[in-house]
Amino acid sequence: MKEQKTAHDILQDPDFKKLSGQKDSISVILTIIELLLYFGFIALIAFNKPFLAQKLSEGGATTIGIPIAIGTIILSWILTGIYVRWANTKYDTLVKRVKDKIGG
Amino acid sequence: MHETTIGQANAVSIIFFMLFVLGTLGITYWAAKRTRTTKEFYAAGRSITGFQNGLALAGDYMSAASFLGIAGLVSVSGYDGLIYSVGWLVGWPIVTFLIAEPLRNLGKYTFADVVAFRLNQRPVRAAAASGSLITVLFYMIAQMVGAGTLIKLMFGLPYESALITVGILMIAYVLFGGMLATTWVQIIKAVLLLGGATVLVIMTLYQFGFSYGELFSQAVKTYGDKFLEPGGLVTSPVDAFSLGLALMFGTAGLPHILMRFYTVPDAKEARKSVFYATGFIGYFYILTVTIGFGAAILVGQKLIKAIDAGGNMAAPLLAEVLGGSVFLGFLAAVAFATILAVVAGLTLAGASALSHDLYVGVIRRGVSNEKEEVKVAKTATIALGIAAIILGIVFKGQNVAFMVGLAFAVACSANFPALVMSIMWRKFTTAGAVASIYTGLSLATILILLSPTVWVDIIHKNEKSAVMAEVKQIEDRAKEKLAELEAFKAMDTTRGVSIDTEMLLTKEKADAEVKEAKSKMPKAIFPLKNPAIISMLAAFLVGIIFSLLRPEKRAEQKFEEEKLRSYVGIGAE
Repeated sequence: MKEQKTAHDILQDPDFKKLSGQKDSISVILTIIELLLYFGFIALIAFNKPFLAQKLSEGGATTIGIPIAIGTIILSWILTGIYVRWANTKYDTLVKRVKDKIGG
Repeated sequence: MHETTIGQANAVSIIFFMLFVLGTLGITYWAAKRTRTTKEFYAAGRSITGFQNGLALAGDYMSAASFLGIAGLVSVSGYDGLIYSVGWLVGWPIVTFLIAEPLRNLGKYTFADVVAFRLNQRPVRAAAASGSLITVLFYMIAQMVGAGTLIKLMFGLPYESALITVGILMIAYVLFGGMLATTWVQIIKAVLLLGGATVLVIMTLYQFGFSYGELFSQAVKTYGDKFLEPGGLVTSPVDAFSLGLALMFGTAGLPHILMRFYTVPDAKEARKSVFYATGFIGYFYILTVTIGFGAAILVGQKLIKAIDAGGNMAAPLLAEVLGGSVFLGFLAAVAFATILAVVAGLTLAGASALSHDLYVGVIRRGVSNEKEEVKVAKTATIALGIAAIILGIVFKGQNVAFMVGLAFAVACSANFPALVMSIMWRKFTTAGAVASIYTGLSLATILILLSPTVWVDIIHKNEKSAVMAEVKQIEDRAKEKLAELEAFKAMDTTRGVSIDTEMLLTKEKADAEVKEAKSKMPKAIFPLKNPAIISMLAAFLVGIIFSLLRPEKRAEQKFEEEKLRSYVGIGAE
């Protein structure tokens, strides 16, 4: 692939701006969700143990804390799935468009 | 309490282990023919698919310590063990969102490639290699000491022989088969571990009619409601937050994990591989927690603690109860294989920091040829392998649990901030990177040495136990006296009131004495068990301040090229 434009030119290209802007937003939003998810869980343990100790159902043994902990694990995985799905479809299309332009 | 054969050489486990060794050595022989260039030695010729790398990443991360340790912690402390396992997973989404793709696009073999991308090569590589090596060494010591103890506990093999076996096999994989052999060892181990744990969980749940509700109600029946509630693990919110930071961002700074992203052909495969890895690891922790609860009920805490006070033998004991000595043997062999695979990955990461970053990048100023670099990398592998064996023997019998914590603290303080700033921040400079890495590295190490985990529990261990003994003595004495008074009271009811007063006085006196004795308890100079909240933030701050104080025109100009490559992958190797 021949580079005809300088990096500076490409960075100003609207397609590149769209690509980097979208990727930054998605990465930052998902990172913040993950931080809230995990540190929210930690905050519950630190400040509200009785909440986690509640029984899920009358007469049952399972506490609310168990699905919350397992849910944190599963949700974390789902978040990576959302990112990968977005990147494999939307992001890669944009990358291809920018690459085609450069390859010109 | 049933009988256990743990600790005796088990024919089944030896056969399974031999099969694993023969198989992996066969792979190493096959890989050796494909391991000549640096790209082949460090990065398996970038021939690994996203799915394979996902399994290998999981293999690198699921250590014997986490398998046996978390199952043990759950079996002994219930819900608290579950809290711990969540922390080990949450770093992976961060790796996915912020690190995997830029790392793959910008680097060649090590994360130092990325940090040094537009900065002054020599000082930055020297700093990043120090961060890598310290992380790898502490992680390695913890693994080796764990390995010796574990193998002794399971097979009855002497500690030193166990370490030498592990050391020689791991050197063989890395030396001859490079990253290709190491990757396949990881994949095989990950499949065995996930498969073994799945079978164990199915057998466990079968006992409870495949109902988690039933499993939990039996657990509560035996150990009370407390068993499914958060307990004493998290006492101080600041400490919990700090540990959370270390686990989350430490994962994103582990050199042996980061290095794996160079084994896939491109950024797309890199991102896929973290998705698979996160899934496998999350699934694995859910299995491990189930095994822990199952062991608490089906084996019983009494036996688990009798074999190993920390509960580390909970999973093997459960395997024995449910599947007899054959299944125990299989699981023991898998645990052995797990240790072997993890130390092989660590050795390769350490060797590449020594050869690619320190030797070629710093000593040879980036000028070297393929042949020479591979030779240096192989020499470094042998040196690290021998160092691992020696360190394992030196630290025999020591409490090394804190070393994994230290490895994560260094990874999140020295490696992660510099990596993230170099990828994202235009004004990041050489001075900023070097200052940030050394600040994170030294602060994390020093603060851990001054923390309650090391300063009180290890360095002032004798003082602490002296105080504990004194407290116990005072309490025993008071108890004796109270019992005496109680007996008096029963005999002579007329003096009831004055005896009550005397009892009260005895109690008060004992309390005062305990308080005084406890005031002699050695105090940690740094109050937190994990320093991440200080050391990681300091590393970021110092990096920012030094970058602003010492701007670097060239680095700033080169940022555009870096950005283009990071997002689009143009020019990526």
